Order: sequence, then structure tokens, then C-alpha cells
Amino acid sequence: METLLKMEAVTAAYGQSQVLWDIDLDIHKGGAVALIGRNGVGKTTLLRTIMGVQKAASGVIRFNGADVTAQKPHERARGGIGFVPQGRHVFAHLSVEENLTTGLSALAGRGRGLIGQGVPDHIFDLFPKLAQIRHRKAGVLSGGEQQQLAIGRALAGQPKLLLLDEPTEGIQPNVVQQIEEALRRVRTELGVTIVIVEQYLDFAWSFADEYCVLMRGRMIRRGTTAQDSAADVAHLVNV
Amino acid sequence: MLDATLLAGQVFNGFSVASLFVLAALGLALSFGLMRVINMAHGEMLMLGGYLAYLTYLVVPGPLAILVAMPVAFLGAALLGAVLELTVIRKLAARPLDTLLATWGVSLILQQAARSIFGPIGVGVTAPDWLNTGFLLAGVYIPSTRLFILAVAVVVLAVLGLVIARTRLGLLVRAVNQDRMMAAASGINVRRVDLAVFCLGTGIAGLAGVVLSLLGPVTPSVGQSYIVPAFLVVVMGGLGSMVGTTVAAIILGLVSAISQIFLDVSMSQVLMLLSVIVFLQFRPQGVVATRSRALEE
Repeated sequence: METLLKMEAVTAAYGQSQVLWDIDLDIHKGGAVALIGRNGVGKTTLLRTIMGVQKAASGVIRFNGADVTAQKPHERARGGIGFVPQGRHVFAHLSVEENLTTGLSALAGRGRGLIGQGVPDHIFDLFPKLAQIRHRKAGVLSGGEQQQLAIGRALAGQPKLLLLDEPTEGIQPNVVQQIEEALRRVRTELGVTIVIVEQYLDFAWSFADEYCVLMRGRMIRRGTTAQDSAADVAHLVNV
Repeated sequence: MLDATLLAGQVFNGFSVASLFVLAALGLALSFGLMRVINMAHGEMLMLGGYLAYLTYLVVPGPLAILVAMPVAFLGAALLGAVLELTVIRKLAARPLDTLLATWGVSLILQQAARSIFGPIGVGVTAPDWLNTGFLLAGVYIPSTRLFILAVAVVVLAVLGLVIARTRLGLLVRAVNQDRMMAAASGINVRRVDLAVFCLGTGIAGLAGVVLSLLGPVTPSVGQSYIVPAFLVVVMGGLGSMVGTTVAAIILGLVSAISQIFLDVSMSQVLMLLSVIVFLQFRPQGVVATRSRALEE
């Protein structure tokens, strides 16, 4: 299988305190990988390091065949990495439509006129709610709507790889289901590879086909959700 | 003796002073709002605009020279802004205090350069005849130059407002302003947006320089006398908000002009400073708070 993302001996630190140690990870095209682990073990930092908003202190990150270790976040976004961070980070004072339009920036340099075509229809097809509220300011939306917007914004840039940091956190169950459904379609219909940080093992197992367990900044276990059961790793994740 | 005509005249003067303040302060507010950078050499962008106006008058004399001078000064100051951003400010991005010192150094260099080229004594730009008039409006004499200054400020504000609200660049500026990390992760080249905004700000200061040249001589230190009120306007306006900057400029312009009915110029400066201090005691976040806590999470 073709590798989309490959990390070799990647470390990351906030100032003096090292957060990630020797992370080796490869993710093949079309895969869905769940990053799991307790709070504060470096899951979010790992996603941020892949996006480039957190600098890797050492190691190599290759994406789609190219070494992106030295690339800035906007270059990686333009190369095809989409990011839905923890806390969603929608632009609160921009309307839904404007938020989605900012996502088009990732299309810069990928063919003439792509940006001018506006927000592609398939985003409103995935999240019909966004079409209804397109003129409202993102800051006044509910958590679930903001989450859909954050995912839609990342998809507007037509990513090859989508990084999701706890997309179901603090969202009511029926909306979680809608988001899960949309993410499945993102995978199957759009062929986007997905890396998802997830606290809930049930969701991780129903959605992902591989899992990685992080503990104290190291990758301690990796497997497929088909072979191992959630119960096998529960003791590594729950407090 | 306070009569209505005198007051009305000073209110009008207040608005034209406010126009200068807003033109001088907009660039500072824009770059502070976006990059948290304080450009101490901003006053010298006004100075450059003034000298460019002077040079334009030498090259193309005539009644419409001022209209040629404005785009020249805008582009010249924007270009110098680009050089400053790329060579100094970008290199010191994460070190605000060092930026302050470095741009102050640049300010001194630019002043000395002007002294060497144009001499320590100011050069004059004479307003064209069509601006050297005035008219009476309800008993108040309105000099055309001051009306012109007001018009320039209104046009600049309107164009800038449209650019921010309606164009693609404006959308990117607003996105970077609100969440720099997320803007970058969405594919926006944040450094390029910084550069564009910085150049736009210094360009507007260049325009302010042209306008200034209509009021008095252009000297190497002309920027210094406007940079302090410009900083006051930015702080009072709420650090980086366009609406706040405009409102603060109008308040300070009016305070300065109306107090001059009773006080001499230096005492009215004191009053202006005091009014800013008092204002910030009651509203430390400025006229318009750029970051409200409710929206942070």
C-alpha cells in the first residue's frame, strides 16, 4: 500500500520540556488511524507537529513523497493536509461562508481558478446545516455546528489527509452521529485519509481501521481495530 | 468670549485635525492589530510622504500636482514599508521589545537621511490655487485645504473599510487577525498578509504626509510631532480596531481644537494627554475592545 505520511524519529518540545519522543508513524493512503491515550500524553502535539503549527525538534516528516519537515503550516495545507484542531478554532467574527472561503486558501498553486469557484457544493452536501446558516457569524453557532464548520473549512482545501482532534468532544450525541456519518463519507466518497485523536474507544473502533496508543510522549502500541478489541487496550487509555 | 461662530469654526478644525490623526494612526493600528508590532519609524513614513510631495511639485508643477503627489507618496511609503518589514520587522517577529528599539533606530536613520539630503530647514509645498481659497458656511470660514484633508480621510477610511469587508485580501486579514495559527493551517500565507497590511499602513501614512505638506513645512522631524498623537489615538481606540481608531481620532481632534479656544497650544497638548489618561482609567480596553473574553473560548 502506498504511504501518504511517514514520520521518522520525530520529537517535539515546548521550551525545555519534551513532549514527543522518537515517533515513527506511517499512514497509508485511504487509511483511518485513531490516536488514543490518556490526557497529556502528546496526542494533540503529534497532530500539531504533522500540521507544522508545532515545530518538530528533530526527525523527519514526509508527506506525499516530499520532505515537509521544514515547511510552514500554510505550505503543508497547500500540499494537502487539512486540520480540525481541538476547540474547533472557527473564525468567530466571520460568517459561515467566509470561514469556508478561508479554507480555499489551501488551493493556492493547485491549478488556476480553483479559489474563484467558491465553496464547493459537496461541503453543503455533507453538512446541509451549514447551507442553512451560511450567513450567520461562526461565534454564535452551537458546538456541533462549529465542529461541522471546522471540518467543512478543512475540506474546502481538498486535503489528501485530514487531521481531527477530538471532533466529538462536548457535542450532543445525535450531532456526533451526523459528524461520524459525514466523516465516513469523506473517507469513502472523497478518498481522504484520516488521522483522528479520540478519547472514546467505541468511536475509535467503529470508525478507524488502525489505532496507535501514546503514553508519555511515546508510541507504545499499534495495531488494527479488526485484530484487537477495544478491551485489549482499554487499560492503556483509561485512568 | 465664547460665541457660536468661533466654536463652530473650532469644531470644524477639530475634525480636520482628527483627519490627520486618523491618517497617521491607521497604519499603526493596522499593524499592531495584526502583528502586535509597534513601528517607531511610522512617523518617518509621513515625513517621506511630505518630501515625495515636494519632489513631485518640482517635477510636475501645476494645479494638479497634489493629485499626482498622493499616489506617488502612497507607493513610495508603501515601498519603504515593505523594505522595513522584510529586513527588520520580520526578523524580529517574536520579540516585540527588540522591534521597538530597531524601528526607533530606523526612525533616527531616516530623519538623518532627510537632513543630509534636504537640509535641516523644512521645504515648503504651496497649495495650488484651487485649494488656497475658502468659503463661508453659516458665518464660519472654511478653508479649502482643511476641507480637502477631511475629504482625503473620509475617502481613505471608506476605501479601507471596503477592502477589509469586501475583498479577498480583507477576508484573509480578518482571518489572520482572529486566529493566526488556524489561518496558517487553513493555507493562508500569514507572512504575506502581514506584509500587505504593513505596506498598506505605511502607504496611508505617506498620504498623510502629502496632506501635512499643505499645512506647514516638511522638516526632517515632522513625523515626530504627529507620531505621539497617533500613538494616543491607537491606544485610546482599542489597539488595532479601525472604528475605535476613527472615534478616538475624532475625540482627540475635537479636544485639541476646542481647548485651543481657551488655552495655548502646549496647554492644549497637556489637556489632550490628560483626557487620554482619564479616558483609559474608565475604559482601559479603549473605545472598541478588540478581544472580548467571551469569544476566546
